[in-house]
Amino acid sequence: MTSKQGDENSSGWFGRLKQGLGRTSNSFSSGVGGIFTRRKLDEETLDELEDFLIGADLGAELSEDIRRDLSHRYFDRETSPDTIREVVAGWICKALTPVAQPLVIDPAHRPNVILVIGVNGTGKTTTIGKLAKQFRIGGKRVTLVAGDTFRAAAINQLKIWGERAGCPVVAAAPGADAAGLAYEGLRQAIADGTDILFMDTAGRLHNRADLMAELEKVSRVIKKIDASAPHNCLLVLDATTGQNALAQVEAFAKMLPLSGLIVTKLDGTARGGVLVAIAKRFRLPIHAIGIGEGIDDLRPFAAIDLANALVGLDRRDRG
Amino acid sequence: MFDSLSDRLGTVFEALRKRGALDERHVNDALRQVRVALLEADVALPVVKEFIASIRERAVGTEVLRSVTPGQMVVKTVHDHLVEMLGGESEGINLTATPPIAIMLVGLQGSGKTTTCAKLARRLSTTQKRRVLMASLDVYRPAAQDQLAVLGKQAEVPTLPIVAGQQPVAIARRAMEVGRLQGYDVVLLDTAGRLHIDDEMMIEAAAVRDATNPAEVLLVADAMTGQDAVTLAESFHQRVGLSGIALTRVDGDARGGAALSMRAATGCPVKLLGVGEKLDAIEDFHPDRLASRILGMGDVVSLVEKASETIDQEEAEKLARKFEKGRFDFNDLAAQLRQMRKMGGMEGLMGMLPGVAKVKKQLAQSRLDDGVLVRSEAIISSMTKAERRNVRLLNGSRRRRIAAGSGTTIQDVNRVVKQYKEMSGMMKKMNKQGKKGIMRHGLPGMPPGPFNFG
Repeated sequence: MTSKQGDENSSGWFGRLKQGLGRTSNSFSSGVGGIFTRRKLDEETLDELEDFLIGADLGAELSEDIRRDLSHRYFDRETSPDTIREVVAGWICKALTPVAQPLVIDPAHRPNVILVIGVNGTGKTTTIGKLAKQFRIGGKRVTLVAGDTFRAAAINQLKIWGERAGCPVVAAAPGADAAGLAYEGLRQAIADGTDILFMDTAGRLHNRADLMAELEKVSRVIKKIDASAPHNCLLVLDATTGQNALAQVEAFAKMLPLSGLIVTKLDGTARGGVLVAIAKRFRLPIHAIGIGEGIDDLRPFAAIDLANALVGLDRRDRG
Repeated sequence: MFDSLSDRLGTVFEALRKRGALDERHVNDALRQVRVALLEADVALPVVKEFIASIRERAVGTEVLRSVTPGQMVVKTVHDHLVEMLGGESEGINLTATPPIAIMLVGLQGSGKTTTCAKLARRLSTTQKRRVLMASLDVYRPAAQDQLAVLGKQAEVPTLPIVAGQQPVAIARRAMEVGRLQGYDVVLLDTAGRLHIDDEMMIEAAAVRDATNPAEVLLVADAMTGQDAVTLAESFHQRVGLSGIALTRVDGDARGGAALSMRAATGCPVKLLGVGEKLDAIEDFHPDRLASRILGMGDVVSLVEKASETIDQEEAEKLARKFEKGRFDFNDLAAQLRQMRKMGGMEGLMGMLPGVAKVKKQLAQSRLDDGVLVRSEAIISSMTKAERRNVRLLNGSRRRRIAAGSGTTIQDVNRVVKQYKEMSGMMKKMNKQGKKGIMRHGLPGMPPGPFNFG
């Protein structure tokens, strides 16, 4: 999609997100606006509000919480659509703000080993390509390990991203042992004086015990070289995913100490509302969001922006 | 993670066990629980609402059968209606057009199009004996065309040679041309992942459709998809025109409510299920099974089917005969362990059983996983032939040797011996009671083995 990369780079990430969420917010905000043509907040209005939140993947339980909170404070009182939007955005923002933390690389560990994991098709390889470029621009020496030795052509895919980002890729033959490759990758990275080492992994469903054990083995093996590695363990989540994202976080966190999340495909109409539930339950940092297939389509995660985009508010200075 | 619908309804109806018919208040309470259960299963809200409305009509005034609780009655009503909405009978891939028949796969990025393409190609070429050609139209994602080429080799299905720089519509035309000239029956077109709001890309998909006139346009969608399923399915249907849905990652633990949403939004049947990473992990869709899964009721039919598929009938009969004669040795135990592993191991078996969510959690905590099966087999392999036939030979020193030989501990060896003794104990009982007794109770310490299905 090279043709589309150039012209959209100039706008800020909020602009991009809004553009991505464009249709979503339109339907959503007109929806929220539509609800509050009545002046008083009554049961029916609350029902509709709850439905909207559920429609954004916030989940049944959380949506009910927000509804209760609103009902508590505003029931039977005169309200305006904007007030309600701000209250809901504020509520979501409060849940998300503590977890909106950028990915900070501790220079004390060199190389800083970043293991990137997740279920199939969430965008691990693409995310590594984008992150590698950002750190390259920041003047870091970055190496990639093509640890997805299972999926056909995943190694080539990462190699192409390596070329685009301008960093070397350590790879083995397809079907090779992922843990052995990780070991070799770290050994080479130390020899080359690499600052940051990204390790790609094969996508795996979180309920497959054998594949999850394999992941734990990768971590165990690299500890033989550096006991503090991996220094970061990033779980990549697809924003299109519904309530199952909670199960994913839970299962991966059980296997490896997760350090943070990256959420991809937020440029679609999926609203990623499950993040609010994840933030509340697991308190894991959300480092960045993916909003496109281009190498620059990765942005820091900002709580207020997502909260506002979810309820259809478009000014940044709220909250 | 989620309570099943039956659990939820259990609490609602606990107080009203003795009622004869369901009145409106009970139904309302129950339907609220149904609503939450469906939403937690990621069924889209508009679909849930419609569903609840029609259930309400049916449920009020329903006579509760004496043998079941009102909760079970509602679950049954909900289940039946779900099956109906998911589309009665399962429909296969349409192969009635004049060859070469084009089949186009579309969907979001990372939904599993390429893998599904290879699985479908393999299935059509092996079980249905069709000559199949695959072509990747994904010129955007790095190495996407290589991926299909590699999978083609694994599936032993030819792929269209890659011409660098050629655009999707041109590739599609070339694929159909090659299909015509070389006498292929089916041409599978694997398109690039695209967002349904990406205008340019949707125009491209429609252009590919117009150029190839496909008999099937399958939307490939992840079973884990959330509320967005309706929007995306509607958009693809509107812009490209779908004929069916292929649901992927059904081997995950998502409830798969998205399937219901997409079916309702497009009216297109779910035609295929992706159930694993291997190329033969593709299944036909069965509405009743997915309905049970959405409601958290397990999937007994799949279990039985899988058992009958993988279990060697002859071996099972041999085992049964040994049972009757009262001669069951370690070799037979090893054979049974192998059968269990073939059926997908503990996890695979448990996932299909209804109401074992709790057991499953306990299993996970106790780390009783497939390793147990493998270790038990290793232990038996480390026994001498004489030991396998006669458990009495196994004294302390022999057990030590077996533990060392199999890389396990004496405790592990003792466990296997104990398991064997329990089984042969059951066997003796069975000989006294006749076969029925054991069928009803199953064997201690073992998930259902071949003889439970015999």
